[in-house]
Amino acid sequence: MNRTIGLIEARDLSKRFGGVQALDAVSLAVEPGQIIAVIGENGAGKSTLVKILCGVYHPDCGEVRIAGKSIRLQGPADALAHGIARIPQELELCDTMTVAQNLLLGREPIDRYGIIDESSSRQQARSALENVSLDVPLDVPVSQLGHGQRQLVAIARALDGNATVLLLDEPTATLSPTETKVLLERIVKLKEAGTAIVLITHRLAEVEQVASRVEVLRDGIHVATLEKDEISRKNMVHQMVGRDLEPPTAENLTLGSTRLTIDAMTSEVHPDPIHLEVKAGERIALAGLVGAGRSELLEAIFGLRHRNGTVRIDGDRLVPLHPAAAVEAGLALIPEERATQGLALQRTVAQNAMLPGLHREAGWLGWLPSGAGEKTAHDVVNRLDVRPARTDLPVGDLSGGNQQKVVIGKWLALKPAVLLLDEPTRGVDVGAREEIHQKLRTLSQQGVSILFASSEMEEVLSLSHKIVVMHEGKITGILTTSESTEEQILALATGGELR
Amino acid sequence: MKKVLGIFSVLVTVALVTAIISPAFLSSYNIENLLRRSALFGIIGIGASLVIITGGIDLSIGSVICLIGCLTPWLITVIGISPWIVVPSLLVLATGLGLTHGFLVTRLKLQPFLVTLCGLFVYRGITRGILADSTVGFGTSGSELRSLGTGRIPITDSFGLPAPLLILAVVALVTSFGLRRTIWGRHLLAIGSNETAARHCGIDVNRVKIGAYALCGLLAGLGGLLFVLDTGSAQPSNFGNFYELYAIAAAVLGGCSLRGGEGTVIGVLIGATLVQVLRNAIVLIDEIPDSIEFAVIGGIILLAVIADEAVRRAVARRSNED
Repeated sequence: MNRTIGLIEARDLSKRFGGVQALDAVSLAVEPGQIIAVIGENGAGKSTLVKILCGVYHPDCGEVRIAGKSIRLQGPADALAHGIARIPQELELCDTMTVAQNLLLGREPIDRYGIIDESSSRQQARSALENVSLDVPLDVPVSQLGHGQRQLVAIARALDGNATVLLLDEPTATLSPTETKVLLERIVKLKEAGTAIVLITHRLAEVEQVASRVEVLRDGIHVATLEKDEISRKNMVHQMVGRDLEPPTAENLTLGSTRLTIDAMTSEVHPDPIHLEVKAGERIALAGLVGAGRSELLEAIFGLRHRNGTVRIDGDRLVPLHPAAAVEAGLALIPEERATQGLALQRTVAQNAMLPGLHREAGWLGWLPSGAGEKTAHDVVNRLDVRPARTDLPVGDLSGGNQQKVVIGKWLALKPAVLLLDEPTRGVDVGAREEIHQKLRTLSQQGVSILFASSEMEEVLSLSHKIVVMHEGKITGILTTSESTEEQILALATGGELR
Repeated sequence: MKKVLGIFSVLVTVALVTAIISPAFLSSYNIENLLRRSALFGIIGIGASLVIITGGIDLSIGSVICLIGCLTPWLITVIGISPWIVVPSLLVLATGLGLTHGFLVTRLKLQPFLVTLCGLFVYRGITRGILADSTVGFGTSGSELRSLGTGRIPITDSFGLPAPLLILAVVALVTSFGLRRTIWGRHLLAIGSNETAARHCGIDVNRVKIGAYALCGLLAGLGGLLFVLDTGSAQPSNFGNFYELYAIAAAVLGGCSLRGGEGTVIGVLIGATLVQVLRNAIVLIDEIPDSIEFAVIGGIILLAVIADEAVRRAVARRSNED
């Protein structure tokens, strides 16, 4: 490999977050004039790798070498000074400021009194836009641009700051097909002009289209490098999945009547009407990639986001569109982010566990009798086997797995008819995961309907009876779990046809 | 610019209505006085807007005004120090207080509301302690100095431009130029708009923010000085009471968003004038009892904030449709 200016090399990068080894001795070399796609399932370590390359995280071990020299990057600003720019999914633009002001932010041309030179500013801004072939007025606030245009403004700013390496983190995740096409064309042009590009994406079709090389990560480990002539959807999927799964154990399945009915539901993220039924005792998985609209589907059912169409519980239409009505009708939603959506971390286990049902124990003017909710709290701790078995600890002091048990337990205390779970075991260790899975199986045998979104194939395949695969807000397939393979699911999840 | 136009038309409407109901409004004495008051509140409003643009807030302005406003006559008449020493040192003191706020907000990552709320209590308490709650005035001394507050440049027999207006003009021109044309102003707006983005672009966010708090302190100090030169005496327990709220009101009415990232000097000036015209109207129009002054001002600010939110949502909706 010839070394030229702009080359960065990551050697044996490792990074641990709590109990999770996010990245384990991963190496990566980036050369000018190449598009290197980094792919992998959710949680494979792609974003961690990119964040180390731009100085957001420091690696636990390993080093980043720039032009042959080992460098400890102090943060994104420092990385940019070394020619490395990350374009995160959540663009770092100042929305209230104009295109020109954003393009030159932090390096405005000034005279010796610190006064901004307007004419050379505009000239520089214009040539920055030309670099990415973007034609927008310089004086409009960036908030008025479309997302694809904003992305290009961010890229133009990075290039104008002499970035030679662009780290693009899922740049097309929120773009329309047309915008995606434009963006990919510009990226290829930049590559041909000599920019080194690291592309993180879930969309394998894009990878096939533009990548010079593919690096595959799985569970924080680098598992394969696919050279240009080896890049194919089949190869990539095979490498991303990689592991053999134990066949799901057969279960005596006796389904009851339909409990949850979703009829012709559409929303901002779900363009096509969604129809779905969950029977009593049934466990259905929502599979798909980030941005497939799974969490949003659960939120829409629960009344947390605006939707059209109807949701019925045991045949009764769920109105109004509000979580309180959903809870009253027997729904419960275990959210994706337990730290921000599920728990009040500083409060005790008891205070968290009793929260959903507390209003039922409250008296006149909301007065709470002493000891209100105590029994509920103890039940939650006992039934879910929360460890340590105490209700008086701040819930933030528990391990991730036990926190998740509290989140699930506090909703089970209401005895829901339909349980919606978003990533039921994210960031939970193997032992606790098995306990939670077992609890969910027991619940469904008692007649509870379960609809869960999960990014972990193993969980999808081992816990569900049916799998609903989503891609860009649409259902691309409904599979019976016992007859489906990981490859099939991934193909549907990436928008491909079922083969 | 459209935002400023909206508030400007409100100002014109209120002024017209007041002038029609009460002819005294347009008397040259009243106009001159109105300009003087507007100029004084414009100066502290500009200071408040700089902090608000960063997404912060300064609640200590009124107490800084009290501290400087009371110490000036006290040091000159009671202690007997030359105004040439007193004035510059007190302005340095006010700047230092602002610097301290900025330091606490950026380095110690304390919330601006909390830091400046403590300032509000502490500075007034200190002032009342030093003066043992007694009123101080200039008496017969310091008359040259007092012309900074009370002076006027005669235009006609009965009307003259008040001196504080000229001081405001200098402050406004410098700040406006600084905000629009210097790198510091550009970075101030960027920080308020998206602090992470600004930091990742290599901007020294802390330094710029500390600068904003320091300038706010300086302008509050200058305001305190001019207020006391205008009134001639100060009572520590009520001098400058609620003035931080008038300053914040001027900034918000003038188009500064409390979320940060937005604001113009001209807007703040219009906002400050509007607040003073409203106060003036309440005094002049007999049908409105003076006692409901706060209710009127509060109501108008609330309407302005609601309009601000409505505009934002409309803009957001439009950019979503693109």
